[in-house]
Amino acid sequence: MELKFELNGKNVSTVIEADSLLLDVLRNLGCSSVKRGCESSNCGLCTVFVEDKPVLSCSVLAARVADQHVTTLEGLQEEAADFGAFIADQGAEQCGFCNPGLMMNAIAMFRENPHPTEEEILSYLSGNLCRCSGYEGQLRGIQSYLAFKDAQKGGA
Amino acid sequence: MLTIKQYVRAESLEQAYELNQKKSNLILGGIHWMKMTTRTVNTAIDLSGLGLGEIVETDDRFEIGCMVTLRQLEQHPGLNAYTHNAIAHAVQDIVGVQFRNTATVGGSIFGRYGFSDVLTVFLALNTKVVCHRAGEISLEEYAQMAQDRDILVKLVVEKAPLQISYQAMRHARTDFPILTCAVSCVNGMWQASVGARPYKASLVRDEEGLLAHGVGEKQAEKFGDYVTEKLNFGSNMRGSAQYRRQICGILVQRGMMEASEVK
Repeated sequence: MELKFELNGKNVSTVIEADSLLLDVLRNLGCSSVKRGCESSNCGLCTVFVEDKPVLSCSVLAARVADQHVTTLEGLQEEAADFGAFIADQGAEQCGFCNPGLMMNAIAMFRENPHPTEEEILSYLSGNLCRCSGYEGQLRGIQSYLAFKDAQKGGA
Repeated sequence: MLTIKQYVRAESLEQAYELNQKKSNLILGGIHWMKMTTRTVNTAIDLSGLGLGEIVETDDRFEIGCMVTLRQLEQHPGLNAYTHNAIAHAVQDIVGVQFRNTATVGGSIFGRYGFSDVLTVFLALNTKVVCHRAGEISLEEYAQMAQDRDILVKLVVEKAPLQISYQAMRHARTDFPILTCAVSCVNGMWQASVGARPYKASLVRDEEGLLAHGVGEKQAEKFGDYVTEKLNFGSNMRGSAQYRRQICGILVQRGMMEASEVK
């Protein structure tokens, strides 16, 4: 069947099977930031936005995103580069495999709640697993980024 | 592995119902759990185009469409004000935000899963379900029915004087629960819904009037023991029947004390 949707601001059309998963379709379209992890809705590696909401692309039928807007990390380069520098600065990633999914979900959180408490950060990101770290580096990176954004706004 | 031969976005409930009469066809919810099964589906029926993804609040009730996501439940101000945040509390440890953005209330309730926090909390709200053909049925009755080919269209929660608290025990946040428990007092009747025993949630009412003269720690403990006696418990990799039986009374007691403080 034919699938038409908007990917990172561009209209795309592709041929899919009825049971194609969004994860596979996006990777076939060149979005390699979308990682295949647990494939059981647990790890958050495959996080993308559908209509600006973070979802697990390993568990979304591609057919369901017809005529919708899908965003991957490739479509958020500026925001991601900005935030990613803080993650790197804290040494928060080791193998880096979980990072695209974490960044997508963190960006979703920043948009929804620009001033989250530590508890709210941990709660919002509880669906993103990292096998290398203890999440402390990511938490420091997020808090440093938020402090930087606040200072920027204050200074503007 | 889930294999789907054909995908249909239903244009009406009747069309979806007719398609669903064939045993090899299936209504799609959030598909998180369905995807973990090994089966071949001839036609997957998607209800997302039927406007069933809304929570409608009126003066006397909430109507919750079957395609409403768990995240919508968690964030709905009216529903959470009415339930003193019990709904948000019940769903907030279900995997993560991304999961809850697509998992549907219809999928959770229709599946009648033993581990369901959603079924547990809605039972304690005296919820009714509306099915396309069967019409309105109490959730208590629906939960005991075998899965059929009807379509669960929406949940109805009628507003009534309510005190409620949600409690659950997990090994770790976001894991499946070892035990779920919602204690409520609806229209003056105390009741406790307990799930993940690991069996699906069941409701126990204070039919012996243990709480007729008010709620204090002793009465809450007594009601916890009463609920525990009325229910059966089993063992699985998350906990033994004995452990579940032990924590059931405690969770009911805690829930009752918390709910009784809600004005």
